[in-house]
Amino acid sequence: MSYIAILLTFVFINNFILVQFLGLCPFIGVSKNSANAIGMGVSVTFVTTVASVVTWAVYYFLLVPMSLEYLQTLTFILVIASLVQLLEMVIQKISPALYQALGIYLPLITTNCAVLGIAIINITNNYNVMEAFTAGFAAGAGFTLAIVLMSNIREKLDLMPVRRAFRGMPIAFISAGLMALSFMAFDKSLLTNLHLV
Amino acid sequence: MKLNMNELTKGIFKENPVFIIVLGLCPTLGVSTQVSNALGMSAGVLFVLLFSNLLISALRNFIPDSIHIPAYIVIIASLVTIIELVMHAFVPALYSALGVYLPLIVVNCIILGRAEAFAARNTVMDSILDAIGMSIGFALGLILISVIRELFGSGTISLFAMGNFDGVIRIPWFYNNPIRVMSLAPGALLLMGYLKAFFDWKSARKKG
Repeated sequence: MSYIAILLTFVFINNFILVQFLGLCPFIGVSKNSANAIGMGVSVTFVTTVASVVTWAVYYFLLVPMSLEYLQTLTFILVIASLVQLLEMVIQKISPALYQALGIYLPLITTNCAVLGIAIINITNNYNVMEAFTAGFAAGAGFTLAIVLMSNIREKLDLMPVRRAFRGMPIAFISAGLMALSFMAFDKSLLTNLHLV
Repeated sequence: MKLNMNELTKGIFKENPVFIIVLGLCPTLGVSTQVSNALGMSAGVLFVLLFSNLLISALRNFIPDSIHIPAYIVIIASLVTIIELVMHAFVPALYSALGVYLPLIVVNCIILGRAEAFAARNTVMDSILDAIGMSIGFALGLILISVIRELFGSGTISLFAMGNFDGVIRIPWFYNNPIRVMSLAPGALLLMGYLKAFFDWKSARKKG
């Protein structure tokens, strides 16, 4: 599979939030305003990209040679948790301004399904390291696209007359459903039509 | 020992993890295309939640405060690995149907949330009741969503095959007129929105 195909697959065809429901909690929780949504999106993209490469390396250089593949889940979550902690410290040291902007989102990312999800999907799909890197970045970009669109919709929704029972989360889910409906326009035939498969 | 039944029942409606606290959405929406998957997922969550609450509340005085989250994650991830291996060995069809959502039980907010909010500061007995109540609440939510999605989306109710019964109940009228979108991703989100609105309305009315 070419890198462009992987990019299109994870951003549009298998969008992490709208098609696979990975990372839905922050998607609903942090999409109330667009500044926060962008912060969350950038942090997640950063972590999915780095985590994809690191978990790939851990799997193929540590677990496979020792035939400990069954420890995949346990190892990956520990690697991701320490990675997030490390990133937090590095960013705090290098760029206090960036830390100010992203700091509050980083701890939430450890328990974001999207990060563990992409790490496992990379292994299931037998990607090589460059493909894993692309997939990690694309998954994060798809997440960012969805959460930023959603935050803009919710900012508009705040000004709309919504029935009381639907205010807040229910209308957010329904808007996400309508977004998912429009994302159904992207399917495997997109790749065939662009001669990528 | 007196059993605190309130810990058991609160998870079923008043603090239902799916509809009231809205936790653990990824598996709820991801595996709810078929009732059999929902049942498998509920069993997995029951096992992991029960034993994580039990272990964490038993160890709550030994785990140092500064590393409590990593410690909880290790306990939860080991339990998830056990359930993965068991399902792979005994119900391979269910294992592949649940796919990536099975290892993702590790990051299911319900489990870490209950460990942090309940098991870390309550007795073992209360934590077990809390885990059972929360799992029943999660299972009911998941089963409700999956029954609606499968009924409207494909007109069937899939259970597990036993003897002559192939495990799939076909509902006459719906089977010929399925609303396909219900079993696809948008249907799950739309249904979740309407159910959440219903439960919000219901609990607002209860409060008066």
